[in-house]
Amino acid sequence: MVTILDQVFRDQWGRVLAALIGFLGDFDLAEEAAQEAFAIAAERWPHDGTPADPGAWLVTTARNRAIDRIRRDRTLAAKTSMLQVQDPVEGMVSATPFLDERLELIFTCCHPALAVDAQVALVLRTLGGLTTVEIAHAFLVPEPTMAQRLVRAKRKIKAARIPFRVPPEHLLPARLVAVLAVVYLIFNEGYSAPPARGELVPEALMLGRALAELMPDEPEVRGLLAMMMLLDARREARFRDDEIVLLADQDRALWDAAQIAEGRAVLNRALALGGHDPYVVQAAIASLHADEPRDWPQIAALYSELAQLTGSPVVELSRAVAVAEALGPQQGLEIVDRLALDDYHYLHSTRAELLRRLGRSVEARDAYRRALALVHDDAERRLLERRLAELGTASGQVR
Amino acid sequence: MKYMLLIHQGDAPTPRSPEAWATLSEDEQKAVYADYQAINQTPGVTPGLGLDAPETATTVRVQDGKTLTTDGPFVELKEAVGGYLLFEADDLDAAIELAARIPAARLGGAIEVRPIVEW
Repeated sequence: MVTILDQVFRDQWGRVLAALIGFLGDFDLAEEAAQEAFAIAAERWPHDGTPADPGAWLVTTARNRAIDRIRRDRTLAAKTSMLQVQDPVEGMVSATPFLDERLELIFTCCHPALAVDAQVALVLRTLGGLTTVEIAHAFLVPEPTMAQRLVRAKRKIKAARIPFRVPPEHLLPARLVAVLAVVYLIFNEGYSAPPARGELVPEALMLGRALAELMPDEPEVRGLLAMMMLLDARREARFRDDEIVLLADQDRALWDAAQIAEGRAVLNRALALGGHDPYVVQAAIASLHADEPRDWPQIAALYSELAQLTGSPVVELSRAVAVAEALGPQQGLEIVDRLALDDYHYLHSTRAELLRRLGRSVEARDAYRRALALVHDDAERRLLERRLAELGTASGQVR
Repeated sequence: MKYMLLIHQGDAPTPRSPEAWATLSEDEQKAVYADYQAINQTPGVTPGLGLDAPETATTVRVQDGKTLTTDGPFVELKEAVGGYLLFEADDLDAAIELAARIPAARLGGAIEVRPIVEW
């Protein structure tokens, strides 16, 4: 029973809260009412059975609780002695369908008048149902800091009257970019540093799926979802005993084939909708990486397109890797050596690998040391140390 | 819902400094006047009174019952408020759209949008 409730909580929290915020116009009141409704459900459903439409039941129950509370507060404020505390009208709960207002909620949470870190926290709290403690842990921030961030953001939404709505046509493109950036940021936080923060990945996927369902004709939304699905499909293969396993060395049997197929279908839909934004291109690259053998010239061409779209030297670095595979390490190295990314450890580790392949061991070793001096993540450091050690053995020199 | 829009000129050329003002073409100068006029005539807008230059400001503090004055604005000259207006709007998006139409915002200054507390 607990697991069914957990599942309902995961599925319904965002929907229920969005409907309540839409109805009540107040984040805090809505959150309290939703929590109360879920608590009542936990108490009753095991005996009475799960209602046919759990979401509608929760919204109605929460709504009645909230109305009751407002009434009580008003009565108190009016200093009336005839405090009428009615028994909540659970008996009247009907399975009235309620509007899905998650889209309004996500656009409100990702309003550009809020700082990005506040946007991220709000989205995870309201749509993901994560607790403040969980969000604080995921972002390595002290709990009081995260709590204050959420309080301040909710207060600003109310005080400055940030609208609860999907932005009008002329504002939509820019606002959608902001929403997708938040989802991508959540994904990246979880994806780049698992397993500790891996729980953020399912949250990002949930948000991506919800957006794709709510905005079915937006190619960028599909592109982002496809990209996240295709990258996450490799999750089980990316680490072995907490050590990073590079793409080329991954056990393909550990890849989630079903998710790759689903991700590709979403990508095709994005392409059919005319998508050519950075998310779609990254999804296409991730899709090509799932092929065996890999089509390196095509991957290099897509990185070139992505570099043009983003103007990012980091993308150029990825292109250099693909070019090295397609044409040879010398061609890759020529691109790497043109990049102004001297403080980026991946630049040096990539250089090191290409130099190693060219038999330039001394330079390769220097480049690995340079990368080691810049790396922060422990798993990344151990990977570099292994590579450096292998280089010593391979060239027959120990120190 | 009422908002106060505080206009910070920042590096925006204004007629107060003729040299900077001359860097704008005649058309641009006309556009600045026309835009401010259009904003003041926008429904919901209550134009602010004209503030003289931040250089003319006097900042007052009271310490141990003694009034202390310093020359100039509370913040740096460049960060000082140059003007303001009130705007009655449905929500923050409407206030942001109006703020974006204020010439100072595109000429090197910035607009601070502050909700007015309704009691």
